[in-house]
Amino acid sequence: MADKSMIGTPLGKGAAEVEKGRLRFFAKAIGETNPAYIDEAAARDAGHPGLPVPATFLVCLNSDVSAASGVDRMKVLQLDLGRILHAEQSFDYHRMAYAGDKLDFDTTLTDVYDKKGGALHFVVMTTRVTNQAGQHVADLRSTLVERRG
Amino acid sequence: MQAPRYDDLKVGDKLPALALPAINRTTLALYAGASGDHNPIHIDIDFARKSRMPDVFAHGMLSAAYLGRLLTNWVPQTELRNVAIRFTGITHLGNQPTCTGEIVEKFEADGEKRVKVAIQCRNQFGEDKLVGEATVALN
Repeated sequence: MADKSMIGTPLGKGAAEVEKGRLRFFAKAIGETNPAYIDEAAARDAGHPGLPVPATFLVCLNSDVSAASGVDRMKVLQLDLGRILHAEQSFDYHRMAYAGDKLDFDTTLTDVYDKKGGALHFVVMTTRVTNQAGQHVADLRSTLVERRG
Repeated sequence: MQAPRYDDLKVGDKLPALALPAINRTTLALYAGASGDHNPIHIDIDFARKSRMPDVFAHGMLSAAYLGRLLTNWVPQTELRNVAIRFTGITHLGNQPTCTGEIVEKFEADGEKRVKVAIQCRNQFGEDKLVGEATVALN
């Protein structure tokens, strides 16, 4: 388990390129029917320069970056994969991201706390996302809970 | 897409609901591949059982993506300022998620007219699986 002294621990950073084939695969997986997320001409008609990164997809790119960063978050945070659940996820959006963008993800452990007398152990990770021009795209906040006992 | 106008909306207005088909193993395999979330708890029944779960279950972020669709079916994504979601229950195989939203506040911030929307994803038994809020800017 993590403890409060670990708040501020870096949990990996790195870049991910937004590939349009991956965006189409994601669109299929979530049953997306809006053509602006699938077809480039429809995206342009909707005012986008390319296929937009859907609202929750940044979390996927972040897990790719995390996997490639060499930082094993489960190990650093001493969590058991079979006992963790995603408790909360939030997004603050500052600008859109599109296919072809190269996005940087920088994740830090920002909180650790327990509930129910330690039966539930929570860790909060915050990720700052910027694009290839250094512009702030979004902040992601993921809370994981480990079920104990 | 024609975004709704701020002045035409009032607290209590509902977003057009988004009803999804039942979650099956293919849904989860596709989402695992597309999302890159390969946690075996969602795709490998043997691993799920070792983790004392009766079966695999849906990725929370799959339903979160459905909530994203609810919002971007309603307003262009460029107007989305914030989304905050709590995962309140496990979405099991056979669950049929429905995403709904209701305007709970109209306000101005950072020189923009914005609305706050309470969002939920429930299964066919009316059980909340995800609850949250989104903030959207409108003209």
